[in-house]
Amino acid sequence: MGHLKTEAVEKIREICGRYKDENTPLMMILSDIQNEYGYIPLEVQEIVSEETGISVAEIYGVVTFYSFFSLTPKGRFVIGCCLGTACYVKGAQQVIDKFSEELKIKPGETTEDGMFTLDALRCIGACGIAPAVSINGKVYPKMTVSQVREIIAQQYLIVEKEKEAMGGDHA
Amino acid sequence: MLNIKIEGIPYQVEEGLTILEAAKACGYEIPSLCTFNHGECNVGSCRVCLVEATGARGLVASCVYPVAEGMEIRIGSPAAVEARRHSVELLLSNHNKNCQQCDKNGHCELLYVAQLTGARDDAFAGEHSETFVDRLAPGLTRDTSKCILCGRCVERCKNAHGLGILGFENRGFNVIVSPAENRSFADSPCIQCGQCVNVCPTGALMEHSEIDKIDAAFKAGKHVIAQAAPAVRAALGEEFGYPIGTPVTGKMAAAMRRLGFERVYDVNFGADLTIMEEGTELLHRLTEGGVLPMITSCSPGWINYAEYNYGDLLPHLSSCKSPHQMQGAIIKHWWAKQNNIDPKDVFVVSVMPCVAKKFEKEREQEKVDGIPDVDAVITTRELARMIKRSGMLFTRLPEEDWDQDIMGDYTGAGVIFGVTGGVMEAALRTVYFKLTGKEHDPIELTAVRGHEAGIREASIDINGTTVNVAIASGMKSAKVLLDEIRAGKSKYHFIEIMGCPGGCINGGGQPYVRPVFLPNEPDNILDIYKEKRAQALYSEDERQKVRQSHNNPQIIELYEKFLGEPNSHLSHKLLHTAYAARVGFNDVE
Repeated sequence: MGHLKTEAVEKIREICGRYKDENTPLMMILSDIQNEYGYIPLEVQEIVSEETGISVAEIYGVVTFYSFFSLTPKGRFVIGCCLGTACYVKGAQQVIDKFSEELKIKPGETTEDGMFTLDALRCIGACGIAPAVSINGKVYPKMTVSQVREIIAQQYLIVEKEKEAMGGDHA
Repeated sequence: MLNIKIEGIPYQVEEGLTILEAAKACGYEIPSLCTFNHGECNVGSCRVCLVEATGARGLVASCVYPVAEGMEIRIGSPAAVEARRHSVELLLSNHNKNCQQCDKNGHCELLYVAQLTGARDDAFAGEHSETFVDRLAPGLTRDTSKCILCGRCVERCKNAHGLGILGFENRGFNVIVSPAENRSFADSPCIQCGQCVNVCPTGALMEHSEIDKIDAAFKAGKHVIAQAAPAVRAALGEEFGYPIGTPVTGKMAAAMRRLGFERVYDVNFGADLTIMEEGTELLHRLTEGGVLPMITSCSPGWINYAEYNYGDLLPHLSSCKSPHQMQGAIIKHWWAKQNNIDPKDVFVVSVMPCVAKKFEKEREQEKVDGIPDVDAVITTRELARMIKRSGMLFTRLPEEDWDQDIMGDYTGAGVIFGVTGGVMEAALRTVYFKLTGKEHDPIELTAVRGHEAGIREASIDINGTTVNVAIASGMKSAKVLLDEIRAGKSKYHFIEIMGCPGGCINGGGQPYVRPVFLPNEPDNILDIYKEKRAQALYSEDERQKVRQSHNNPQIIELYEKFLGEPNSHLSHKLLHTAYAARVGFNDVE
């Protein structure tokens, strides 16, 4: 261990400190860490264990139970394809397969350039607009296979625009 | 009291019981599996204990469902019987059924409920989840193909040590019970105490057997010497149908001799030697301003815990090796010499109530000139297996003595090492004599006795000096004492810590205590077995003529002829060791 920077260790301790008065603080702590860093590796879980007294095995169990938490870094864009019952019968499997084919990654994996992570989700409660895909919180309704390429291209455009907004200076 | 009916017959039971407990009180044993020891584990996950109960929707898991006034319970109804059978069949559908190769066979609760419920083979044949087998740790092994996800081990690790090395991970069909990241026990801060093995209902968690090594040593023509720890005699009989708490010292010596060991020694001799060394070390620390409190170092589970979690407190640990390691060193470097044998041709087997000893003997710090003190460690259970396969009828064996040629004689002080507080009492008997010139009267120091986990403390007046001592077993209790030391608030001079709750009598290598397999033991056997085994040791102490380590004639002779005096240069080389802080989750690729 000992790969974490001091600032990161301090930050994780601070996050743990936010929920000192909670009876069951673990989910909240892990959510904050997931949001802050995008993933929760074992060395981070060890710090959470020290701070909360909850065993590493138990924390690891929670992290691996909920698909919201990740052990490895996620991409810049997390594409979540809902495979709940309604989406599934409306063709969600074909949609996720198409994303898989275009990005050359399997569900759960991240592209080598760190741009995209593809996740298979259970029901996200958007059955009325099935099949639904969520990308970084934005929901795309009634997805079809033919839209997949276009949507991937849109994400690259978002990055381009961000670069321009920052003045295009990357030196 | 509540009025209930079971199979239509009225009973009165206490409030607050589960159906399972209430039925037991009324004389019914509902087949059950995941539940254990008064709800130490009660997740209701296996569904083997399903019964019909009025007021409930459908069948209920009796291990978690509370009784209520007027409840009518049906255990034997066709629906309940069929449901229990289906539950077991579902467990079996994802179970590795190589029962004939499984060392848990004969103690397996899954096989027991399978027979009880009439579970059919492959009633729900289908996919099996991926199998992971961990055989890297010297102490214990894990095989997920045998795991039924009951969670008993998870609870035991937390209850005994506050550790929680084992946990459930992943989701759905991929769930396994394992150390974080599905690591080996060897790559996690597991102390290898084996308490999880003691509660595992199947063969998922087992000691790492070393019987094969012994067979190979015999084949290779080595001088194979066996030595057995005190706690083994207090429990080995259970494997052969004796009531819990029956000491079987004589038959055990006879059995081991018939297994072909060239010598059979009692580790009590090593325990006496430990007291001479550790007592002297304590005296030095007390009189010369050494690091206090001094903490005992006999329990390798505790040593593992200290190295993982309290690296800053290691100077408090006695530098003494544990008794079987000391005795192993004496066998190889003194006994062998006296018998004109090359130590490299001697193979020392320790029979231990412990699985952490399997790890301990592998430590680099436990070698002398590159020669390990001990070559193989087997548990009480493995010894029973060796005896059973040899064809011996244990109950018909004569009572024999241990070998006591030039070593092996022992005192009552050595015997009580096997119970929590025993090392402390044995040490105080000798320290008292060294400081006052007379024996403590009475010989027993009952203030330090007990058989449960938790902390005991006592103050002993020695020549006007008060010596404060404390005893803890199980790391949950030990942690309290250790945190006091770390905070600079400890008032103690000498602390005994044992890894397993209750000490070695409840070690991770001892026979399984499973009420379903012990029909002749009382209902509360899980509450009293430690006390019974402890009593077996205290009674042997009382039967000994010599009861203080410093009065053991062969120990006195060993110092005169070989070691010089306690803590001498040679003693340090052979009988003392060193510790080093370790990282819990080390990097593994």
